[in-house]
Amino acid sequence: MKFSFTDEQLMLKDSAEGFLAEHAGSGVVRHAMVSQSGIDEALWDKICTEMYWQAILVPEAWGGLGLGLVESVIVLEQIGRVLAPVPIAAGVQSVLALRTVAHHDLAQTLLTELAQGKLVALAHTAARPHWGAAGVEVVATETNDGFILNGEARFVASGHSADALLVVAQLDGDLGLFQVTPDQVGVTLSKTPTMDQTRPMGLLQLSKVTVAAAQCLAQSWRQHLDAVLNLSRILIGAEQVGCAQASLDQSVAYVSERVQFGRTIASYQAIKHKAADMMLKVESSRSLLYYAACVGDEALLGTASEEDLREAAAMLASSAGDAAFFCAGTGIQLHGGVGITEEYDIQLYFKRARSMEAYLGRPDQQREVLATMLLDGDDGHAA
Amino acid sequence: MQLRFTEADERFRGEVSDWLSDNLAGDFSSIRHRGGPGDEHVFVEERKAWEKCLAEGGWTCIGWPEAWGGKDATIEQQVIFNEEYARAGGPGRVGHIGETLTGPTLLAFGSEAQKQRYLPGIRAGKELWCQGYSEPGAGSDLSAVRTRAILDESTQSWRITGQKVWTSLAHESDFVFVLARTDPAQKAHKGLGFFLVPMNQPGVTIRPITQLTGTAEFNEVFFDEAICGKDDIVGEPGAGWKVAMGLLGFERGVSTLGQQMLFQTELDEVIRIARENGSSKNPALRQRIAEAHIGLRTLRYNSLRMLSGGDDGSLSREAMIYKLCWSSWHRNLGKLAMDVLGPEAELLESEPYNLGRLQSLFLFTRADTIYGGTNQIQRNIIAERALGMPREPRGES
Repeated sequence: MKFSFTDEQLMLKDSAEGFLAEHAGSGVVRHAMVSQSGIDEALWDKICTEMYWQAILVPEAWGGLGLGLVESVIVLEQIGRVLAPVPIAAGVQSVLALRTVAHHDLAQTLLTELAQGKLVALAHTAARPHWGAAGVEVVATETNDGFILNGEARFVASGHSADALLVVAQLDGDLGLFQVTPDQVGVTLSKTPTMDQTRPMGLLQLSKVTVAAAQCLAQSWRQHLDAVLNLSRILIGAEQVGCAQASLDQSVAYVSERVQFGRTIASYQAIKHKAADMMLKVESSRSLLYYAACVGDEALLGTASEEDLREAAAMLASSAGDAAFFCAGTGIQLHGGVGITEEYDIQLYFKRARSMEAYLGRPDQQREVLATMLLDGDDGHAA
Repeated sequence: MQLRFTEADERFRGEVSDWLSDNLAGDFSSIRHRGGPGDEHVFVEERKAWEKCLAEGGWTCIGWPEAWGGKDATIEQQVIFNEEYARAGGPGRVGHIGETLTGPTLLAFGSEAQKQRYLPGIRAGKELWCQGYSEPGAGSDLSAVRTRAILDESTQSWRITGQKVWTSLAHESDFVFVLARTDPAQKAHKGLGFFLVPMNQPGVTIRPITQLTGTAEFNEVFFDEAICGKDDIVGEPGAGWKVAMGLLGFERGVSTLGQQMLFQTELDEVIRIARENGSSKNPALRQRIAEAHIGLRTLRYNSLRMLSGGDDGSLSREAMIYKLCWSSWHRNLGKLAMDVLGPEAELLESEPYNLGRLQSLFLFTRADTIYGGTNQIQRNIIAERALGMPREPRGES
């Protein structure tokens, strides 16, 4: 039992922190968030060629680093801390989806391309309002030599900039997983204007899109979708912890400068206690993050049960979702008047926290998942 | 980052649980799950006998060096011992102040003679200790202690006069460690001494404090020219604050995982009742039960991070939030238990004032957020030491 980072993991954390501090300042974020893609291409290119974070979870056989979820959350925590405008979370999510069908030739090709920096996005739901299988609105119909896809997927992370898409579709009472490219006939891909501008989302509309049999990666993918979404919740949890930490850091920095009644407002207990509550939430959700990442790695190895993964993801999503929103919201309050201006970054974290807590299910919905496990089964509750 | 224990550690776990299931049986069955916080006043004679049994089996002071009868157990082994102890329903340890506070303090700051005199009695489970820190005028501000210690050269002894408060198991203890002022001209943390004082002497009077639960596990202890030997001061006169603070640092949290096993049995009971009486269908209670589950698991991973942290003994960020986390969680569990019970929560088990387990939990957990540093003091510590915010201004004392 050693619930702390190895030397290699610490190095990864330090290098991510250092790199992003140098290359992903507030100016970079603000410039990218009003651009069409929402991505800073130069930064993304630098990450893909120098840091290889896009390849962390790609197995070595396909040109990846072959590392695990713990390493992924280490990087994503730092990404969330600076709101780096790069589509790494979207890419990692697709890697997770592709690993479930890694025996497939096309999946291997896509994994290789992802490791090289191509962007593949997962389009899985219309979220009206369900994020899981019940929210899948694209329908696949089998033909003699392939499939026809119809319907739409919303909230596709970095979807409008994707080189290729993995589309989840209803298929014969189960779910299928298909590869679609933006230039195919009948495919419309557009940017979704969102309240949080730091996490761009796409809308995918499919109208009688013909896909070849070889583009079908799986025909009974329903149970895999659950696992991929739970693993994705862990990735989001990492960004939420980073977002919460940054909200705390920026708030402490601000109150330590701001003087009223002849002293810094950081010296008032009312302010100190708010900051202490923020730190408590940051550190608590960080502990759950590392736990969930360990469970995620075991799930990828097949040594953790689906139930363990679901529980870990739900605990983290509830805790980190609340932590990020609480810290960003309290952060605005501690900033006083300037907190509600466009100029200060705390508002960016506030919007980001709101968008992330709703993505893949709100904290209260995650708690309901846990309540079902604890209270509704026949055999007592999960250990 | 590795969540699982090694095979060697798991073998150790088996050894502990085998011994406990063989020994925490027969006459000792009645004290299983008893004597924990809020329940420390019960079965004291039986728990004293149990402490000796534990000592004979080699299971007291396992974290101490072998030279002093310990096992030099690793942090992992100590965690495992505490987990298995709680899992087996091991009763509240009457020897825990001696083992976890007095012992490590003497090992770090004590003279060779003090170690020779006091460590074997603690290790054998034969000499029990209690704590003499807080005073009526020195609660959160411990450095305001006014108890005086005067060296009487003629008898080669220290004479101690003053009042301590919130002392658990004082009437059952053989010794008390006392923070007292050696130099009345000095203020706050200067001019203090750390004394080892026998309880059984005319100068010591104990008065129980009846709590809101109707029971009394805390006491007031009055010192009226109580005596200890000239050599029964740990460190130099004037260096007591350093020793006292070192003592608080020795609780590295190995017992926290055992404490959490206890919490888990409480939460399990609340969940059992919710399923039985239909509260489990109430959406608001479902949310709170899930939150309690998350909170308890959070405590576990906070602890594991804390215990896996650096060996330099410095207080890590997760260590600083720990008290605030568990005390708030436990207090909320008490209220949740009442809400899950519904109208039944109000009914006593019997006259005159016999509370059920969950009623005791509800009432006694109000103390959790106060003793050992109130939630407000904890927030000050976090803000000042972890976040580097300005210290609270001090008034004239």
